Order: sequence, then C-alpha cells, then structure tokens
Amino acid sequence: MKPLVLWSDALIYLLVISLSIFFYKLRQDPQTRERWGQVFASRLGMVTFTVIIAYVGIALLDSLHFRRALDAAEGVESGEIFYDNKVTSVLDVMLGGMGERFERTYSAPFALKSFEKKNMKDEQGMAIRDYPLLEHAGQHLVNPADKWPDMLAKTGAALVWGLILSALVIGLQWFLLRGSPNPWYASWGIQAVIICCGVWLVSISHYYHVLGTDLGGADVAYQSIKGVRTGVLLGTLSTLIMLPIAVTLGVMAGYFKGWVDDVVQYLYTTLSSIPGILLIAASVLLFQVYIDLNPDFFSIGMEKADARFIALCFILGVTSWSTLCRLIRAETLKISQLGYVQAAHAFGVSHSRILGRHILPNVVHIILITFVLDFSALVLAEAVLSYIGVGIDPSMGSWGNMINGARSELSREPAVWWTLSGAFFFMFVLVLAANLFSDLVRDAFDPRTSMRSSEA
Amino acid sequence: MLAYIIRRLLYAIPILIGVNLLTFTLFFVVNSPDDMAASQLGEKYVTPEAIAAWKAKNGYDKPLFINADAGGVSALTDTIFFTKSVRLFAFDFGRSESGRDITTDVSTRMWPSLAVALPTFVTGIWVNICVALLVVMFHATRLDRWAVFLFVSLMSISYLFYIIGGQYLLAKTWRLVPISGFNVDSQPWKFLILPVLVGVVAGIGSGARWYRTLFLEEANQDYVRTARAKGASEISILFRHILPNALIPILTGVVVLIPSLFMGSLLIESFFGIPGLGSYMLDAIRSQDFAIVRSMVFIGSILYIFGLILTDISYTWADPRVRLS
Repeated sequence: MKPLVLWSDALIYLLVISLSIFFYKLRQDPQTRERWGQVFASRLGMVTFTVIIAYVGIALLDSLHFRRALDAAEGVESGEIFYDNKVTSVLDVMLGGMGERFERTYSAPFALKSFEKKNMKDEQGMAIRDYPLLEHAGQHLVNPADKWPDMLAKTGAALVWGLILSALVIGLQWFLLRGSPNPWYASWGIQAVIICCGVWLVSISHYYHVLGTDLGGADVAYQSIKGVRTGVLLGTLSTLIMLPIAVTLGVMAGYFKGWVDDVVQYLYTTLSSIPGILLIAASVLLFQVYIDLNPDFFSIGMEKADARFIALCFILGVTSWSTLCRLIRAETLKISQLGYVQAAHAFGVSHSRILGRHILPNVVHIILITFVLDFSALVLAEAVLSYIGVGIDPSMGSWGNMINGARSELSREPAVWWTLSGAFFFMFVLVLAANLFSDLVRDAFDPRTSMRSSEA
Repeated sequence: MLAYIIRRLLYAIPILIGVNLLTFTLFFVVNSPDDMAASQLGEKYVTPEAIAAWKAKNGYDKPLFINADAGGVSALTDTIFFTKSVRLFAFDFGRSESGRDITTDVSTRMWPSLAVALPTFVTGIWVNICVALLVVMFHATRLDRWAVFLFVSLMSISYLFYIIGGQYLLAKTWRLVPISGFNVDSQPWKFLILPVLVGVVAGIGSGARWYRTLFLEEANQDYVRTARAKGASEISILFRHILPNALIPILTGVVVLIPSLFMGSLLIESFFGIPGLGSYMLDAIRSQDFAIVRSMVFIGSILYIFGLILTDISYTWADPRVRLS
C-alpha cells in the first residue's frame, strides 16, 4: 500500500485546516460569536449544518487516497513492489467494496436479473434468449421468491446496528452538550437518520444493488456517493481560488481610489461582459489541448483527471471574482469615509495597517456570505458544464457525468430512471441544505437584515 | 441624455478591445496557429509545407502582436491580432473552420433563439411577480414560510432535471407536445410550448424569492405605514405603493438581460433541438471551432454592454428623480 496525495486532496485539507484556524480566531470576537449563535439557535440551522458536515465528511474520507500493492507475479522473485494503477480511497474501504461489484449492464434497483435480454444456453444446451442473472445480487438466495422477506430481515438487522451506533455517537454528544441552550436535538435526529441510512446502505449493498447499475454495470449508489467529493471540492476550492483576487483588488480599488479604482473597474467590467459559460468552455478546452500535447506530465490516469479538475476549479474561480470584487469595493468605499478610518489617517497610521486592522475585518461578512452563497451555485454549475462536455473528466465520478450519461435513457421502454434519481437525490439534498444554511448565515451577518430584525 | 449615451458608447470601446485581447490570448497564444493547422489538417498530412500553406490560406502567416519587420504603423496593423480583431468591430466574423460564413449563420439562427427566449422572459417575469405579490400578501404567516421553503427547494434542483422531467412528463408520458424540434412553417407554437414552460418553471424558485425580498424591503418603508394609517386597502398598498417603488431594483436586474435574449439558452436549445444561437455555441464548443466561439464572445459582450446602457436609460423612465449627466 502506498499513500498518494493528489493536488486536490492537499488543497482541501489545507482549506479545512485554515478554516478551522480562521473560525478559532473568530471565536474570540464577541460580535461574531453572537451572530453564529443566531444561526445555530434555529433548528433549521442545526439540521442543515449537520447535513453539510456529513457531506464534507464523506468528501474528506474520499480524499485520502492510496494505491494497493499488487501481488508479485507467480514465479518472479524481485525486491520491487508494484502498485495498482487504480487509486483507492479510505471511503472505498469503508463502503466494503461497493464499487467493485460490476454487472454487465443496466439492472433495476434490487433486481436479481439484468435489464436486457441476452443469448444464453439453458441446462440442455439449447440456445435461449432471456434475462441473465446478476453476478452480485441475491447470490445467497436459494429461492428468488425469498427476496422481499430477506430484504426486510436485512433491513431490520441494519436498523438495529444503526440505532446502536447512533446511540453511542449521540450519547457522547449529549453528555458534552447537555447544558447548551442551542437546539442540538434537531442535529441529533438527523445524525441518527444519516447513520442508520449509511449502515443500511453499506450492509445491504453486499447482497443487492440498492440503486441498480448503469450502462457500464457500475453500482449507481456507489457512483452517487463518489460524486459527493467532486461536488463539495468544486464548490469550496473555486471560491478559495477566487477569494484572494477579489478581496485584494476590491479593497485596493475602494481604498486607494483614483487610477487603481479605474483599472480594477475596467478589469471586472471586461471580464463580466464575456458570457461566462463561453469563457469557461474555452479555457477548459485549451487546458485539455495542453494536457493532450503533454501526455508525459502525469504518471497515472487519476492524476490527469485531477489536474483537469483543479484547472476547472481555477477557471471557475477566475471567471467569477467580479461580483465579490464589486461588493467589496463598494463596502470599502463606504468604510473608508467613516470617522475611525479618517482618524487613523490623521494619526499617521500606515496604509497597510489601516487596511489590515480597520478595513479587512469589516468586509469579512461579505466574504463569508459569498462563500456560502456561491457553494450551491457551483455544485449546480458542475452538472451543466459536464453536460456541455467541458466539466469533470469522465473517469472521475460526478453527478454531472451521471446525468449526462443517462439523460436519454428515460425515453427507453421501460424507462431507466434510477441513475438520474440517484444523482438527483444526492445533489438536491446537498444544494438544498447549502441554500437554506446560506440564507440563515446571510440573515445573521448582513447588517441590513439584522438591523431590520432588531427594529421589529 | 444624448451626450451621456455617446460617452457610454465610447467607454465600451476599451472594454471590447480588452475582451478581444483576452479571447485572442486564450485562443492563439495557448493554441498556436501551428497547433491549429495541425489539428485541422489531421495527423497524417502534417508536414511543415502543409502547415505553412494552411497558415497562408487562412491569414495566420503573420506575427501575433508586433510585426518588427514592417516598421511604422504597420508594425501594429500587419499582425494576426489586428487583422482578426478589426474585422469583428465591423461585424464581419469571417468563416468558421468548417467553411461556413459566421455572419450569415448568426443572423439566421438569431430568430429561433429569440422565439424561445422572449416568451420565456416575459412570461417568467409575469409569473414571478404575481407569485411574489401573492406571497407578500400573506407575509409573516405560516404560508409565507412554507412558500419560501418551496422556492428554495425549487432553486436547488438542477436546470437539467427540469428539462429532462418536462420532456418525460409532457412529451413522453402524456404525449401533449413533441419531445423536440422546431418548425417555422406549421404550428411553431407546438414546439415552443414545452421549452418556454420549462424555462418559466425552472426560474420560479429564484425569481419569485428575489421579487419577494424586493417587495418586503419596500413594505417596511415609512410611506407604506403612512398609507396604511390613512386607511388604504392592502390591495391598493400592494399595487399602488409597493409595486411602483420596487420597480428600480427590478429594472436593475431585468433590463440588462434583454439584449442577451438574442443569445438564447445553451441548455434549452440543445435539449429541444432548436436551431438557435445557443445550440450553435454548443456545437462550436464541442467541435472546438474557435472562430465561432470567438465571434460569439464578441457578440455577447456587445449585448451585455448594450444592456447596461439600457438599464441606465430605464432608470430615468421609472424614477423621475434620476438624471443622467
């Protein structure tokens, strides 16, 4: 086994560490604490935050990659160990080999037989045409009629295990947080649901394909879960790349005014006048050309897909900084007129100190609101870009690629609905949670709305 | 007013030059004329002579930005950048890599795009404002909270699912309209209903939520309280006081989009097989036809800048206090 750190893995862990430090520092500010308290004082805030954390947790587990050592070939003695070209993640191990149970082609959820007929030989050796049995579903059943009772029994057992596990997890939290005024019980309810579903999914996937299989025979539930990492990373990394550009330019334009302001305004007007999707498509295509011209750059396929993914994040970030930059510029213009900034000028405080101590802390709320607002938009954009063909590399699982692969399958008779449903469900839950959470954050941090609620 | 418009039009020139510089850098510096020639000729026929002949034929046998040999003004004009960009300003987009005239293609494909985008736009605004007004009437009740939740849920569904779902339900299951296609001669409305419907429904979530916020912002103003105090009915407050005052923020968001309607919608057009500019762009992206993409970027920028100017003009119409100078 050899650990492998992809660029996106390194970036996401870097982001998690820096966010933790950032929030730890923010805790010391009483006003910020009060506002976060407002977000978490509502049940909705608790529920959505728990769901988001669950998604982020899956994404982080899926970002710990390694390559398995291959067994030495028979009869060959060598000190060197060869590694599998396929990259495995910790999540794959936790899912218990869900991604390794391939069928031939489509099969419906919980089906025992394939979706399409195939020429086979029966026991007497006669050629017949029938639905072949699946290789990894219901192998333990003696009689196919036992399927539903067997599923019920397995579900019951999984539920018992899930409840025991959630009781352990929640009991610990209850012990630590029982004095807290926040509605933690809302979060615990969702936690129990997530844990039970997870245990059920992993355990029953050993016997059935919960969401069926797709054209290539891969398990749809597994693919949907693998899409989590792509969605979460794209949503966070793109904003992360955009932030330094937008904040630096916006603050400088608003603070120094004059020609700096003119240049920055020119830059973002130019950039935002280009239809976004065309700019993104063109950049991704050019990057693809670059990769194709330099194939020796990447040793394994996964690294190539990862490079394209980082490039996509980068391009999405670079093309979308203008909105945030405009907001920050306006806010800085306003703040730099205020008395305390004027006073700092009069006392001869240096520019860098004024920017760092007086301006930046007062635009943090805009950055925060943009970060959470953009997240869901980026997850949705990924699906559209993948449909156009300039999104995630097809070898890397993503909801957009799943939708793209299955969009014409609804017109089959009977319709192949499960691939779309899987992608829809996982994507909808994440985006809905992120949207609701971002509403709460905006209500708490936007001075206009918080002023209004204090008046009322 | 006229002086203002002329000045804004002059401001547009440096922006368009910037747009051109950016797309030019993207397409020609990263993907050099040699690479373009090689990919167009196909791998078998790549010889230095063939590449040189292709470049001469398509006008790429010049330096990119500065022609040091020419001297004088033509050091700047006798370059690929100048010759390829100046033509764009004259709305001469040249030929696509498959040899078709882009200007003709654009002017014929513009109308199907508009036929879908304009009804979607107008109906969408109507529906969104009506829904938002209805919700504002029930402000601070349980109905209002559930409506907002519904809007957010609708927003959280990818556009792709609206299209796929619409096609599946209306066209495949209920067989009310054709799944896709476009026919100008016989019953064009039959082909337009579904794309327009999908576009409107997909926009309700974010649209109605946005209008609701705008209306509520106005509903908290003092003049609304005054109107209520003097005994105006809720309906007249809503339509006589709140709606006209919310017009300014509505115009900011809406007018800028009007010129861009010509560009059509990438997704709607490709799913429903409408021969508009949106599917034109998509085909260009998929076949990596950079000549088309570059022209479309240019047209898109012009329309966007035009939209910004229109927005400013619409302010003077909506709010007599605004004077453009």
